[in-house]
Amino acid sequence: MIPEIGHYALVLALGLALIQATVPLYGTIKRDESLMRLASSTAVMQLVFAAGSFAALTACYVTSDFSVANVFENSHSMMPLIYKFTSVWGNHEGSMLLWVLILALFGGSVAAFGNNLPVTLKANVLAVQAWIACSFYFFILLTSNPFLRLARPPLEGRDLNPILQDPGLAIHPPLLYLGYVGFSIAFSFAIAALIEGRIDAAWARWVRPWTLAAWMFLTVGIAMGSYWAYYELGWGGFWFWDPVENASLMPWLAGTALLHSAVVMEKRNALKIWTVLLAILAFSLSLIGTFLVRSGVLTSVHAFAEDPSRGVFILGILVLFIGGGLSLFAWRAPLLKQGGLFAPVSREGALVFNNLFLTTACLTVFVGTLYPLALEAFNGEKISVGAPFFNLTFAPLFIPLMFAMPFGTLLAWKRGDLLGVAQRLMAAFAAGIAAIALTLVATGTQHVLAPFGIGLAFFVIVGALVDIAERIALFRAPLKASWSRMRGLPRSAWGTAIAHAGVAVTLIGITGAATWGTERIVAMKEGQTITLSGYALTFDGMVQRSGPNFRVLAGKFTLREGGSVIGIMEPSKRTFGARGMTTTEAALLSRGVSQLYLSLGDVNGDGTVAIRFYYKPLVLLIWLGAVVMALGGALSLSDRRLRVGAPKPAAKAANSAPDLQPAE
Amino acid sequence: MRRLIIVAVLSCLLLPGAALAVKPDEILKDPVLEARARALSQELRCMVCQNQSIDDSDAPLARDLRLLVRDRLEKGDSDKQVLDFLVARYGNFVLLKPPVEPATLLLWGLSPLVLVIGIGALVVVARRRRSIALGVEGLSAEEQRRLDRLVHDDSAS
Repeated sequence: MIPEIGHYALVLALGLALIQATVPLYGTIKRDESLMRLASSTAVMQLVFAAGSFAALTACYVTSDFSVANVFENSHSMMPLIYKFTSVWGNHEGSMLLWVLILALFGGSVAAFGNNLPVTLKANVLAVQAWIACSFYFFILLTSNPFLRLARPPLEGRDLNPILQDPGLAIHPPLLYLGYVGFSIAFSFAIAALIEGRIDAAWARWVRPWTLAAWMFLTVGIAMGSYWAYYELGWGGFWFWDPVENASLMPWLAGTALLHSAVVMEKRNALKIWTVLLAILAFSLSLIGTFLVRSGVLTSVHAFAEDPSRGVFILGILVLFIGGGLSLFAWRAPLLKQGGLFAPVSREGALVFNNLFLTTACLTVFVGTLYPLALEAFNGEKISVGAPFFNLTFAPLFIPLMFAMPFGTLLAWKRGDLLGVAQRLMAAFAAGIAAIALTLVATGTQHVLAPFGIGLAFFVIVGALVDIAERIALFRAPLKASWSRMRGLPRSAWGTAIAHAGVAVTLIGITGAATWGTERIVAMKEGQTITLSGYALTFDGMVQRSGPNFRVLAGKFTLREGGSVIGIMEPSKRTFGARGMTTTEAALLSRGVSQLYLSLGDVNGDGTVAIRFYYKPLVLLIWLGAVVMALGGALSLSDRRLRVGAPKPAAKAANSAPDLQPAE
Repeated sequence: MRRLIIVAVLSCLLLPGAALAVKPDEILKDPVLEARARALSQELRCMVCQNQSIDDSDAPLARDLRLLVRDRLEKGDSDKQVLDFLVARYGNFVLLKPPVEPATLLLWGLSPLVLVIGIGALVVVARRRRSIALGVEGLSAEEQRRLDRLVHDDSAS
């Protein structure tokens, strides 16, 4: 009964979305406000039914209802409860259901919190949102229905893919989807603006919080995915330039560009057309990411050709929204009046520089990801584009971008003074050069580029501090005046500084782990000790255990530093009976922000066991930096001036606890 | 979202008995040669996997290639000779960083081209804006004379 209810709820959600997609638009043409207001109520009801449908599928998983094909294929009665929940989206059908649920969630939030939006704009935005929703409801119902029953219900399920039985999977896809789908709001706002042929600074003020929220989720989501791959895949890499990763990186780059151009539009009423285009592109890239991952086109063009129904459907959605969006843009964008002149050297100019480099970086990833597919389709020639290509092409774009970062925040609007800014950045230059010198002294000249990476990072971090110091007139005004200025500083200023510092923190982590990491690959006998970067690792023997739905073969290792024991490491292998698959679980031991990483290999006939032992200096900073970036975003989002539906400023409101997620 | 990584992992990592990419018995005695072998391995694709280098992959074919690379290095090949040998055998598909050639011109050239065009467009726009701004603010010679006359008349009276 429950699956049928879920299925029916999904059909009703589609019905509501169809109404939401058409009636409010008709209302805007007829200037009938009651029809326009229908958008909000249908959006909220659509959310209720989408949530009901998702809850029904979750109930099927929790109760292990193997008469549902989707549950049978991806669950097992012995699986821990948390994985019964997460396996709802650990498969194609369920993850698409999560996709539309989040889409409905964003639509419902606009309906609920967008009270200060002009009625026509709100009606248009929600209508566009519903077009997207409709196409994905159709996609699920026609090609990927998770509620299909099996005629003869089996007694036991096939189990969730063991690699996905991990807490990381619980958080990663929902976060990523919150980011992907969050950009749909920016897209809907852009399309609505094009339909109305009118756009102003207020538009940017409405769009920014949504984009910021989506960007935050995407940032944390990508970082989570990277950390998950790091510890789960067993060879300690944190970014593989895999097409699936690139699919999430592209919307992030476009979204970051959008955040910055929306600032120019909000503050100076300039870059309107470009901002609208970026809003369309950011979501288009999210859709492309969904297509790449969901159609199977990446595995091989042939697999795609054999079972093309899903892929072709998503491709259709892709063409409809990207093609339609860009056509509308080409047709209507000339209507949008440009405003706000500025000199090349100015805050606006710096943000244009940022946008140019971010979009080029995005293009590089795009071309690199799709080129092999395109070339093979074009003339059958097969080439590979992998990490060495991306490392070579991506870094030259990101280094100037990071170098320009502190300049951009210090330049004045309209017309800036580059020399003056450079003088004010003296402290940052000094910090950067000191960092380079210290790194060279500490690590030698073997790796030439690494010290410059560290130097650049310190330049950016101190540059962010200088930005704050300049704003509060530190050392120029009396300390007391600076203190009161600091308290009055808008949260978005702190947010900018913190997010920029976060990028630098990530850079330090990448530089450290990629340059100064060490490793040992050996076959160890029981009782044997090996050393690596000052740590001694002793192999104490193997143990066997059993988990809820798997068997564990673990190695016990003792880690010593300077003779004293600092930890026990237990890398293991898990064998899952239901699928007959084995996963490796690396053992991690943190030393400050560095980590020791131990991964178990084959157990040989002579009693030795192969291991891979890594020392990864500063590696935790990679993900910590992403968290800092998102924190900056959250702080900026809590800025009263940006808050959606913010009431008139009141002394009381300023003292209340920061509302970190007004966009929800 | 990581379905494809997972597929790759399934096909490469979880083959029976396999668990680590580079195995202890493959490692060369000479650390310099071994370092070169590792660096080369990261440039080479495991051809039965999805987007994995032979350094990361556990597929038997990747192991064969790793051993082959080490064998060539021990026989005194330069890095370039090893790569050339593998390309002659397997085609450009084996390289994770494709060479610059007519078929990959767009791959290598598009981003720099867009960057250059973008910078060029910005410079042109900035110049044009400045001239427009001058045109609005600047006075023609005739206007200047009239202004001077007005100022003089004003001060004279």
